Amino acid sequence: MKIIILGAGQVGSTVAQSLSGEANEITVVDRKPELLKELQDHLDIRTVLGQASHPDVLIEAGIEDADLILAVTNSDETNMVACQIAHSMFHTPTRLARVRAPDYLVHPELFAPDAVPVDVLISPEELVTTFVQHLIEQPGALQILDFLDNRVQLVALCAENGGPLVGKQLRNLGYRLPKVELRVVAIFRRDRAIVPDGETVIEADDEIFFLASRRNIHAVVAAFRPIDKPYHRIIIAGGGNIGKRLAELLESRYRVKIVERNAERCRSLAASLRRTIVLHGDASDVSLAKGESFDQADVYCAVSNDDEVNILSAMLAKRMGVRKTLAIINRSRYVDLVQGSALDIALSPAQITIGAILTHIRRGDFVAVHSLRRGAAEAIEIVAHGDHKTSRVVGRCIDELPLPEGTTVGAIARREQVIFPQRDTVIESEDHLVVFLADKAKIVEVEKLFQVAVTYI
Amino acid sequence: MHWRAITRLFGILLLLYSLSFVPSIGVALFYDDQQWDVFAISLLITACSGALLWLPNFRQKDELSLRDGFVVVTLFWVLLGVVGALPFILGLHLNVTDAVFESVSGFTTTGATVIYGIDQLPYSILYHRQQIQWLGGMGIIVLAIAILPLLGVGGMQLYRAEASGVTKHEKMTPRIAQTARVLWLIYLGLTIACALGFKLAGMTLFDAIGHAFATVATGGFSTHDASIGHYDSPAIELVAIVFMLAGGANFAIHFMAWRRHSLAPYADDPEIRGYAMIFLFGTLFVAASLYWTGAYAGSLESLRHGAFQVASILTSTGFGTATFADWPLHIPLTLVILSFTGGCAGSTAGGIKVLRILLLAKLGFRQLFHLAHPRAISVVKLGSRAVSENVLFSVWGFYVLYIITSLLLTVAMMAAGLNLESAFGAVVATINLLGPGLGEVATNFATVDPVVKWLGVFGMLVGRLEVFTLLILFVPAFWRN
Repeated sequence: MKIIILGAGQVGSTVAQSLSGEANEITVVDRKPELLKELQDHLDIRTVLGQASHPDVLIEAGIEDADLILAVTNSDETNMVACQIAHSMFHTPTRLARVRAPDYLVHPELFAPDAVPVDVLISPEELVTTFVQHLIEQPGALQILDFLDNRVQLVALCAENGGPLVGKQLRNLGYRLPKVELRVVAIFRRDRAIVPDGETVIEADDEIFFLASRRNIHAVVAAFRPIDKPYHRIIIAGGGNIGKRLAELLESRYRVKIVERNAERCRSLAASLRRTIVLHGDASDVSLAKGESFDQADVYCAVSNDDEVNILSAMLAKRMGVRKTLAIINRSRYVDLVQGSALDIALSPAQITIGAILTHIRRGDFVAVHSLRRGAAEAIEIVAHGDHKTSRVVGRCIDELPLPEGTTVGAIARREQVIFPQRDTVIESEDHLVVFLADKAKIVEVEKLFQVAVTYI
Repeated sequence: MHWRAITRLFGILLLLYSLSFVPSIGVALFYDDQQWDVFAISLLITACSGALLWLPNFRQKDELSLRDGFVVVTLFWVLLGVVGALPFILGLHLNVTDAVFESVSGFTTTGATVIYGIDQLPYSILYHRQQIQWLGGMGIIVLAIAILPLLGVGGMQLYRAEASGVTKHEKMTPRIAQTARVLWLIYLGLTIACALGFKLAGMTLFDAIGHAFATVATGGFSTHDASIGHYDSPAIELVAIVFMLAGGANFAIHFMAWRRHSLAPYADDPEIRGYAMIFLFGTLFVAASLYWTGAYAGSLESLRHGAFQVASILTSTGFGTATFADWPLHIPLTLVILSFTGGCAGSTAGGIKVLRILLLAKLGFRQLFHLAHPRAISVVKLGSRAVSENVLFSVWGFYVLYIITSLLLTVAMMAAGLNLESAFGAVVATINLLGPGLGEVATNFATVDPVVKWLGVFGMLVGRLEVFTLLILFVPAFWRN
């Protein structure tokens, strides 16, 4: 697939990195030569220097026969104009653009094919805030992702001593929760994937991924961890776009305090938020933290745009006794350094965003793609087409599928029904399958498996 | 100062105003009460002095500056007060003090009177009294919505670029003249509706029109000594309550409701909501107090008198069905406090205004909040919109000046011979544009010393001109070029 990425920022370079490993031809366009040089040095891609919305720059990047354009420069306007040009002049089939300003986003009619022809709008801020919101609503979970029209959630959690199932075989889960339908799809122990079965003994610090519907998540999480009390007091460090949106989403149900360094920004936050307490100061200022009793807080969200500040202030909060700390960390190398030890959850906006992009890049009828564990694993929702003759999937039971190792079918949506498949469940045409890949590299095999033979029309 | 332009403006104003005597002449001829010549002479004097001011400055068309605005607005009320006094001097042979007091009380929509035996007055004079209240009300709406915001008086900046503010309304109309026309149409519409209501509730046509004038203007002059109590009719009181409250609501909101054909603007506006809450809780409190002290037989009767008096005093109308000064215990003071609260900004009502009270209350809560969270930054909001610190300071300054002026006036009135209760009552009655006071001035100012009357005139002008507009003329810096 020929892909043009406009903008070599966090999202652009993470996507380039992720896709370059999958036999795609990728060209990255940016105005900053140093960013391009860095990418060129590490990845097998082409780079073009120039203003991303200029037609001659786009031609140089090879837009005339590109399959997909991904506009993620830091200017909404450049992204929109680039999509417009790609559509009007070059008929590029798929156009994705990042648009952040709410003023544009509230008018969906603006992005119709005959107006600003953007097929898919990507709004990292929105994805990140939703992600954090899920985590706060579900204490104990590390990650919650929606599949099958929100009917099933994939939840990641870390088993802890004191959880009823820790030190016991996984089969006990069924005895403990006989009425709950769920599927444990993967367990990671010291960064190595274990294919779970009934015999698997759960250890403390295991990272467990399971699929269940939203109302059951709490009961399942409680099986692996000591009881997590619901959160009440939230502190948000950093009043940028993410901090503000987060406060807006949470302030009606939680007691939210937001800390921001810029006094002018504080005033604007205070003017638009209703119940949130807006504090002016440095998130790592100890006297501020004591005066506003950060130690009493349940969740500390460090969401400023500075990795180091986020890490340090979250560590400080953890030291003061905040129950759960999470921080936005853009540089992936930091994530492994701190997650789990120095702070509880590290979020990478680029990793969260990339799923939305991958959905449109993969071959096959993908409904959702979520990148997990810093891009090492992946969870996908894919649609099975064809019949017994043309498809290698349809009409076969789960046991017969030649799935690569570490790959699990966790749930199936068949019309209105959600099925947690057994070994003998037979897949039908138009089924939506949630597939978990402990190793992302196996995605190519899964893509091939779901391809429909040419005879199928 | 563009004195010649100002003189020209007042010349035109007087010429126009002289026309307002024409309806009174008509009334005099219709009822044949022998007063038509009084109004004819008043008309001539006014028209001639208008022409004298206008003709020499015929070509003066300088743009008025903001600073001129303060002078023009103040002189406007003073001059009309004097001109409106002419029929009282010529027809009723009142002395100048009494005539000017009565006239200013009319134009400022106060409703305090120095005349006894109103029932016996000639029809044309009665009509003139009601009409000056109506014209004064009309003037104040344009002043409060179109002019004071430009002058930045006491938080009225909130209304600059009109009504855009508070509840995110679109601007009413682009130009002041056009805005004024729309406001007057609404005012006229309310007046006609009110007159119809009174007529249907059983008043004579003359009384209905006269009381409609005084009700929508939240003035309080009546054609009877016993005011609305004369009719002893719950239906008339209900009509009066509705239109007093309408007159005390922000006319910009009336405009929004009328343009959108919906009641939503009333429900969305934080000031109107506060106003409604104050009315409801005030009524319940006063009615309950009347009931428990046994002032009236039965809870319904207490509620009827409570609701009427609270509406009348909150909107600074001053109609009476009873003399509230004679009610027991804490009720008169409760009503006095309500009178200081007043109606909405941008209405015909007097007092500090609900808008400013709301902002002051929020300012107070913010101060408490800051004690608990010294590092917090918070913004005072009205509805969903943040109010700037400048406006808050301005409101705070307004409040301080208002209270200090009230206290000093009370002291001055005591020095002029009133006892504490009467002096305080007289100040409440005038600066809040209420009308009835306490003690000696509970219903009438006739018996007090002329000095008190002039102090009353000053108080009424201060109240009507939102304190700043009048007091700024006493600041030397204002006159320095």
